[in-house]
Amino acid sequence: MKVLACIKRVPNTGAKIVLTEDEQRIDTSGLGFTMSPHEECAIEEAVAQVETHGGSAHVLTLGPSEADEQLRTGLAMQADEATLLETDGEEWSPRATADAIADGIGRLGDDEGFDLLLFGNESADAANYQVGVRVANELGYPCVTGIKDLEIEDGTAIAKREVSGGEEVYELDLPAVVTVKEGLNEPRYASMRAKMQARRQEIESVEPRTESGSDGLEKVRLEAPETDDSPAEILGEGPEAVPRIVEILAEEVEVV
Amino acid sequence: MILALVEHDGGTPEELSLEGLAMARKLSTAEGQPLEAVAFGDEADALGDELGEYGVETVHCVAHDRLERYAPDAWAESVVQLASRREAETITAPGTDRSREVLARVGASLDAPLATNCLAVDVADDGAYELRRNRWGGSLIEHARLTGEHKLLTAAEHEFPIEPAASPTEPSVSTVEPDLEDDLFTVQVDRVESGDEEGIPLGEARVVVGGGRGVGSAEDYDQLEELAELLGGTVGASRAAVNEGWRPHDDQVGQTGAKISPDVYIACGISGAVQHMVGCKGADTLLAINTDSEAAIVQKADWAVIGDLHEVVPELNETLRDAT
Repeated sequence: MKVLACIKRVPNTGAKIVLTEDEQRIDTSGLGFTMSPHEECAIEEAVAQVETHGGSAHVLTLGPSEADEQLRTGLAMQADEATLLETDGEEWSPRATADAIADGIGRLGDDEGFDLLLFGNESADAANYQVGVRVANELGYPCVTGIKDLEIEDGTAIAKREVSGGEEVYELDLPAVVTVKEGLNEPRYASMRAKMQARRQEIESVEPRTESGSDGLEKVRLEAPETDDSPAEILGEGPEAVPRIVEILAEEVEVV
Repeated sequence: MILALVEHDGGTPEELSLEGLAMARKLSTAEGQPLEAVAFGDEADALGDELGEYGVETVHCVAHDRLERYAPDAWAESVVQLASRREAETITAPGTDRSREVLARVGASLDAPLATNCLAVDVADDGAYELRRNRWGGSLIEHARLTGEHKLLTAAEHEFPIEPAASPTEPSVSTVEPDLEDDLFTVQVDRVESGDEEGIPLGEARVVVGGGRGVGSAEDYDQLEELAELLGGTVGASRAAVNEGWRPHDDQVGQTGAKISPDVYIACGISGAVQHMVGCKGADTLLAINTDSEAAIVQKADWAVIGDLHEVVPELNETLRDAT
């Protein structure tokens, strides 16, 4: 079985997000980079499914050359191969991203294609909730989203999604696209040895053949919203504050 | 025409769907276009009365003998067919898992742009939509323009206030029978397994007692459980606590967990990282219990108690127990 996990490099933001002067992006000076927890789970799932069923696990991203850092995280988590759809670092719209991925994976390695394509349910930064769905549409594969439990049996994916009061269960034949949420599994910690090995592994760089275009949804600028910085009313220190807590809960919030 | 997807429970619209309708009505008013709703499932025809209060002129109820169980591609195709027949250029939906994935499929099918997580919308002179949408779970806002033959939008959770229309309507209710091919049912809910969890779901709780790294162990959540029970609420956790294995992921509040909107969120031993705060910003009020008066959560709280939760919470529980 060939499994692909698609990820996205994003800044590891601290307690306060600072924008560049032109308000087009986050000022990343001094910031590290990471990926969404959803996507760490996608990589873990790809590797774990291949450990169970055999085959190979691939990790792919569309991003600047620096995104090889996140691909190497995937390799250190025991993915077999990594592919970078290299851009100049500009932000691609969800439609353009899906076009590039659908086109790009058709050009990878052999002609067999992937049996299972995993995406995060939504990216950490843009949260468009649609790249996986659009890739599935372009490839003509079935797609389920927001999955927190996945089993593969005899070429069928059994996927579960949380709903109020329980879980919806889907069964779909592979090949399929599955977008996943944190909680699906516990991503492994890569050992130092695995990280060192990943550093030496080759990353295939593929130039996207499609355009970045804004496609109807065009970012004008970013804004760091005003936060309410009015200081909290300190009710007291330690257990002596309890009578005031009860008063607040009874009179202000009315839950007692 | 503006077409709004509405989710409902036996003919009663869901709260998030009313928020989505509030966004749709804003566009309908700005463009002078009628607002129509589309709904699936049993008793959708009962939506008419209530949706009239929100300015909906027509409720389209989708009926198909294979749509007994949810099938996202079939829902999307039904919406596409209806939008085509009614010449809807704008399609809106609430900020739910289901609606977002249906609209993503509509967008893929129509090759149209979809703006998710919208928190404000307006119409520019050139007809483009000028919108603001949440990024980073809401710690950043993107100002964007949405253009094209079809414009698709989903509302962010708990951003659009639910207010009745100035002039209520008496919607006509019509049944739509889409033409749906077999392959649209490749993805369909096979069955629903009921959860074994007891208590109130996080997203619906009026009181949430959250515990973070400061709780210190899985056992120490017992006191938070007791507090939640005394207040008729439920327990949540920070990502740090979930990563420690103290709580299941289902309890996680934050960007990659549950988004809560209780009357009060009592955050115990939680530092208040951005990724956590975006999960609880829907809370009406925030009470922090923390040993560190400089913690981010204390800055963001309405009320704070500086102290060890292991001392404060048991005392609070005892007082509440005595009071009842």
